[in-house]
Amino acid sequence: MTASRFSPRRLAAAFSLGLALASGAAFAANEQYFPLQSYRVGPYAAGGTGFFGGFIDYMQLINARDGGVNGVKLTWSECETEYVVEKGVECYERLKKGLNGAPAAATNPLSVGIAYATLERSTADKIPLITINHGRTDSTDGSVFPYVFPLQLNPYSEVSAIVNYIGQQAGGLDKLKGKKIVTLYHGSPYGKETIPILDILAKKYGFSVTHIEVPHPGTEQQSQWLNIRRIKPEWVILRGWGVMNPVALKTAAKTGFPADHVIGNIWSNSEDDAAPAGDAAKGFISITTHPAGTDFPVLKDIDKQVVKAGKGNLQDPKRFGNVYYNLGVVNGILNVEAVRIAQAKFGKRPLSGEEVRWGFEHLNIDNKRLQELGAVGLVQNLKLSCADHEGGGAVRFQQWDGTRWKVISDWVQADRALLRPIIEKSAAAYAKEKGITPRNCAKES
Amino acid sequence: MDFFLEVLIGGLLAGVMYSMVAIGFVLIFKASGVFNFAQGSMVLFAALTFVSLLERGFAFWSAFAATLASMLVLAWAIERGVLRHLVNRPPITLFMATLGVSFIIEGLAQLLWGAQVHGLDLGIKDEPLELGGVLLSSFDLFAAGTAAALVLALSLLFSRTRIGLSLRAVADDPLAALAVGVRLQRIWGVVWAVAGFVSLIAGLLWGARLGVQFSLSLVVLKALPVLIIGGFSSIGGAIVGGLIVGASEKLAEVYIGPLIGDGLENWFPYVLALLFLLVRPAGLFGERAIERV
Repeated sequence: MTASRFSPRRLAAAFSLGLALASGAAFAANEQYFPLQSYRVGPYAAGGTGFFGGFIDYMQLINARDGGVNGVKLTWSECETEYVVEKGVECYERLKKGLNGAPAAATNPLSVGIAYATLERSTADKIPLITINHGRTDSTDGSVFPYVFPLQLNPYSEVSAIVNYIGQQAGGLDKLKGKKIVTLYHGSPYGKETIPILDILAKKYGFSVTHIEVPHPGTEQQSQWLNIRRIKPEWVILRGWGVMNPVALKTAAKTGFPADHVIGNIWSNSEDDAAPAGDAAKGFISITTHPAGTDFPVLKDIDKQVVKAGKGNLQDPKRFGNVYYNLGVVNGILNVEAVRIAQAKFGKRPLSGEEVRWGFEHLNIDNKRLQELGAVGLVQNLKLSCADHEGGGAVRFQQWDGTRWKVISDWVQADRALLRPIIEKSAAAYAKEKGITPRNCAKES
Repeated sequence: MDFFLEVLIGGLLAGVMYSMVAIGFVLIFKASGVFNFAQGSMVLFAALTFVSLLERGFAFWSAFAATLASMLVLAWAIERGVLRHLVNRPPITLFMATLGVSFIIEGLAQLLWGAQVHGLDLGIKDEPLELGGVLLSSFDLFAAGTAAALVLALSLLFSRTRIGLSLRAVADDPLAALAVGVRLQRIWGVVWAVAGFVSLIAGLLWGARLGVQFSLSLVVLKALPVLIIGGFSSIGGAIVGGLIVGASEKLAEVYIGPLIGDGLENWFPYVLALLFLLVRPAGLFGERAIERV
């Protein structure tokens, strides 16, 4: 029995396996790994498949077209979270160590719940946590949250930009005085996040704001919209998620509220939010940081090099270029740029999470770089720093014409000067609660 | 007063939609004593199949017929593949089996038709309708009419047909029904098939209201307090329970919500259901269990 266990044939096989593993490890040594806590099944699969599809296709493009980032191939693996927080944490723990020797660059869970649950772990493990267009507003302050990046747009910037747009429509922010705005929000921490800042903005500009909660999942909104009908607001800000969005639009139509005076936030802005509402969604306005469409050069490259080569990640090719997919592409661009910038400092090799974090903190995407990336109009100008992990804070507005979104405004900037002290105060309170000593950003290079 | 009436009538009409799902539960519970937790998934499966067929070029009625056929096959498979093997097992075993079936159906639906969200247009305009100063929804009125027609059809099935008679016999006393030659398994097959049909109707109405997406299976949560209040074994009870739940949750949200905080629409029906459980455990129309001790 013992003899057979160590037979020459088995030893030869083990030796071959060892050689194969060794060569695999050598290959993997020149790879940068992205752990993907994706969700492709369950109630939020439409968003997950689009976002992670776009992200993966962009990484495929970088590998196919450029041979990776400065020769370092991008690699990834997926772990299904079903948008469930516990599974998201489990996936984080499983994937954080890297893949076949390739170190993890950053995590991108696209879930507020999972992001909150892994925030402290990410900091302890020194792996950047990317919460593009969402997450904790105060994580914008990188002196307290060194590893968290609410790229492009935090929730406060989002509502500030919406109020600025409403002001534009009224003929100036001074014309907001006496106007009535209702916020219809999802009954969750995500939905409630912007209540304080809206109250501050209402006080500053003299409009009245009423916050109305829709309990999760939001399949019934008759009483909320009857209330809105009674209040007779000029505008409704829809801070929805999933099924709540089309139901809001349908119920608005049912109660006679015009769709073109409903403004959806960043998670109410996809085709999946408007299309199921049918005619009731015609005229619906929402913000976007990343318009839908396939005319951007980077999308054309993905189409040519990845999709037409039969390697596209989307199961349904008709979704190519939709809002969720393009958000995934934008997220891919920003992650890859962070790796590229970090490589310029640390060397053209696979980097640790700590090194990639430096790359994120030094993201500087101007018009020239957007031109080179083929992403003019798809991504906004972005400049991050130790103190500012958001970088952009601008949105555009789009309107649903019954079949697709049409961009109807230029970039509208949030009032970041007004928001900054509020963010710093909140971050300082978090630091005090957790015993964190904030970094001195003036001394960071 | 107009506003109160709007909230009340809107709530009653929403309650009818809850009843549509609750009826599916009642049918199966009445005939086999099984609390079918998979009812919500069946609603989702029906709506998703229907809309996917429409998008693949099927005409409305062809898609309806094909979906109905698929629901019958599904019902047959559940009865044959799962429940038949669990006869005489404790109710909790049967409940857990339907819980498992629920997840399998959801996974299967996603595997077959993908994860996308679909719009479903049944051709019924949902424009505001003002009657005597009170705002009503034309779609909700249509849904209420459909529910009434469904209840009438089910009543006729139970009272005027041979199969209905057998079904009532099984519901009253399965052993006695078996003793007089009623084929229990055939009756269960029929009941599951009818529940599949009810799921299809509920799926189309809910799908047109919400869009066809995976949250559709969550409508089951709205049906539970309806069943507790109306009783698990009465179709009329499902309707009355739905009306009570719909009206009370809307009135509570509008008039109590501002006092204690918004968002009570989800849990208020359960408070009501618990009160009913304490006072009338079998619900308003449920059959009281009488046991000789």
